[in-house]
Amino acid sequence: MKLELRGITKRFGAMTANDNVNLVAEPGQIHCLLGENGAGKSTLMNVLYGLYQADGGDILLDDKVVKFAGPGDAMAAGIGMVHQHFMLIPVFTVAENVILGHEPTKFGGLLDLDAARKQVREISDRFGFEVDPDAIVGDLPVGVQQRVEIIKALMGDAQVLVFDEPTAVLTPQETDELMAIMKQLRSEGKAIVFITHKLREVKEVADKITVIRLGKIVGEASPKSSANELASMMVGRAVDLDVEKSVAKPGKATFKISNLSAWNHAGTKVLDDINLEIHEGEILVIAGVQGNGQTELTEAIIGMHGKTSGSIELDGKELIGKNVKQVLDLGVGFVPEDRTEDGLVAEFTIAENLMLDRSDRKPFAKGISLQLGYLKKFALEKLKQFDIRAQGIDSTASQLSGGNQQKVVLARELSRELRLLVASQPTRGLDVGSIEFVHEQIVATRDSGIPVLIVATELDEATQLGDRIAVMYKGKVIGVVPSSTSRSVLGQMMAGISA
Amino acid sequence: MKRSFKTSIALSVFTLISLWLSVTAPAGTTLFSFNAGKELFAIPDFEIPVAGASWIVFLVLLVVTGFSWWLSIQRKKTPLWLTGIFAFALVQQVLVVLFVGQMFPVTTTLQGSLALAVPLIFGALAGVLSERVGVVNIAIEGQLLAGAFASALITSITHSLTLGLIAAAISGALVAGILAIFSIKYVVDQIIVGVVVNVLVIGLTSFFYSTVMARDLIALNQPERFDQINIPLLSQIPIIGPLLFSQTLIVYLMYAAVAVVYIALFKTRWGLRLRAVGEYPKAADTVGIKVYRTRYISVMLGGALAGLGGAFFTLGAVGSFSKEMTSGAGYIALAALIFGRWNPLLATLAALMFGFAQNLQSVLSIIGSDVPSQFLLMLPYALTIVAVAGLVGKVTGPAATGKPYIKS
Repeated sequence: MKLELRGITKRFGAMTANDNVNLVAEPGQIHCLLGENGAGKSTLMNVLYGLYQADGGDILLDDKVVKFAGPGDAMAAGIGMVHQHFMLIPVFTVAENVILGHEPTKFGGLLDLDAARKQVREISDRFGFEVDPDAIVGDLPVGVQQRVEIIKALMGDAQVLVFDEPTAVLTPQETDELMAIMKQLRSEGKAIVFITHKLREVKEVADKITVIRLGKIVGEASPKSSANELASMMVGRAVDLDVEKSVAKPGKATFKISNLSAWNHAGTKVLDDINLEIHEGEILVIAGVQGNGQTELTEAIIGMHGKTSGSIELDGKELIGKNVKQVLDLGVGFVPEDRTEDGLVAEFTIAENLMLDRSDRKPFAKGISLQLGYLKKFALEKLKQFDIRAQGIDSTASQLSGGNQQKVVLARELSRELRLLVASQPTRGLDVGSIEFVHEQIVATRDSGIPVLIVATELDEATQLGDRIAVMYKGKVIGVVPSSTSRSVLGQMMAGISA
Repeated sequence: MKRSFKTSIALSVFTLISLWLSVTAPAGTTLFSFNAGKELFAIPDFEIPVAGASWIVFLVLLVVTGFSWWLSIQRKKTPLWLTGIFAFALVQQVLVVLFVGQMFPVTTTLQGSLALAVPLIFGALAGVLSERVGVVNIAIEGQLLAGAFASALITSITHSLTLGLIAAAISGALVAGILAIFSIKYVVDQIIVGVVVNVLVIGLTSFFYSTVMARDLIALNQPERFDQINIPLLSQIPIIGPLLFSQTLIVYLMYAAVAVVYIALFKTRWGLRLRAVGEYPKAADTVGIKVYRTRYISVMLGGALAGLGGAFFTLGAVGSFSKEMTSGAGYIALAALIFGRWNPLLATLAALMFGFAQNLQSVLSIIGSDVPSQFLLMLPYALTIVAVAGLVGKVTGPAATGKPYIKS
């Protein structure tokens, strides 16, 4: 079935999320929709799936205009969607999840779960998924959950399949398997729309590429284009994706983690005997699939994690047992993974956010009174130095784009006398331009002779930014390897296999 | 699995209590009587020596506890049925000790327990339907009270018990409707709405009781009551006959409601969708299930059930309405719901347990026991806390309960 979007426009208030967007996906082809975070990809797909109503334009299936009042209509018309955040109910079985919304029934409206199991097995066998229809979804690994999501999308004989950022939660191996599944679906004659911002994946599977920027289609590209060409189209100016950095000149190992273990509220071990060392002037990247203890590790360093044992030493001083303020005062800079939740106070101004950690002391405070004059001077200086694009220092943090918010966090953390920088997914959700800036700042920090610890979930970032890479899996450090290590080895380590 | 000794520790504590009861057991015997009068054949009463029985129970508890420890060390869970045996044995011991030198009327005590449990069960079912679809139902109390008031008034006026029941169901559904509109459409905190609704219903019913009913109590607050229906043969089986099959229509409706809610919830399309909405409304929405409509319907159906439970107070038990006559039954129903892990069958068992404890307290005060009645009244709730913390394990309700769904 051929899908065509013609002149789709979708506005939210004054903001136009999709502006006259055209897109054609042919059967037996993988059509990539490439764009940065916030470019309007997901909005477009939600319009297609009936979750949003377009303000203008038409959806055509096999050249006939269709109208979707809700997702039920879209499904009935043969559109299946693999959502970025799985639309699966963790406590239901695979079969129950898959039939939800179009349940087979026996007499009297009773569920026919046998029919459901059969349907699951059929699709599962066709693709070699090996999914047990009676397994509880919440117990399954993420990669298998995604297969359930794919089975769900394929039920009801979907002919157009939309994959919305499907690789964000997968290991490299799982990503490769997903690519193979997409190719198999293509060979079965499905029309596939693959939404992503990852250039490597686009180049691997795309038959056709459409690039979207700020809600508008900026053009089509050939899968043969280089990554830098694609990125330039996506961003709208020439970009260089490679991180510019010289060879590290590591000094003394001033930051040492030994035998660190931590437990969560339920008493489960979340960090298991971690041993790491970082030298002055060196970037150590913690790589791994999200949720393997990275968050807990950064929390333990900063003094935010509850129950820990072992030792974390900075310049010979023990950090465990100290509270967050004491840790920061020892010269630890911290960029949290969720900048809007933990990095900034959304309704505070830029200036206020810039002094959050030092508002109690000189030169920001004298006795009980804040030195607003000094604060203004300081904030204006940082605005310029970090190229923060805002109306002024009195704009609130919530008014800024993600990239500018991250610059505020960096400006604050880097303006202290640092002895260690800890940054958790510092480029998550940022546009390419901001990513470049953040990388530059991190490398500059390293070059000033400070040990740097970065948590990265994207392998490209890990290998480009890191001098060494420590891979975490289920709360353990599987191994520490040089950043020249191949993707496949790193991928295996991310799946728990020691190098 | 992680090793957890919580259950074993809880069982050990109770075993120690049992040991203490056995050591201090008074001399004498307790008479257990099983007859209510109309049975096909009589079970002979039997006399149990207190000390001997106590020690036997203690030994049983000791074995179960030991087995539980062994399971814990093997990283296995103590099965629920084993905990059930433990609890049953312990209750027997407590009864034997409490009723020493007296007769314990088994059948009539259970009858009274069931009577007290009927509104709790209806209330718990209302809670199941509401919370399984994602709306916290603190307002069970208000729904019960509204049902009690409406059924008394309508039956008094029309002299029709059927109309009284219908009025109870409608008023319960309307009270639930208020909860639903504020928590679904206006996204107000559901617990706050629930409490406000309860206060509102208490105020309204008390107001109308004083201003309308009190003017002519005979015409407006003297409803007929449901007659006992004896089911032929079944009602003559010893113990369970008088207990289960010699009851009023409302009680038979309750049996049906428990079965229907259970089957509908877990075996039908309707129930699967309902639970999906309560667990992850967005996932339900993306497969074309109408989240808001499902929530309204389910919450109001629950309200109708609670209304029937309210009618039991007036048309089934007391025979007239009085101010705040539900006296917290709605909250106990809520406790039964949580104790029963949002499962209609387990919640029913929990409600029966609470009914038993309440009734035991009144039976004991009649025979003039030394144990302070307040202590006994407190016991089921104290046990609930221990049980929920230790025996049941981690209790998690439907994931989206209490969270409004806002369509983007």
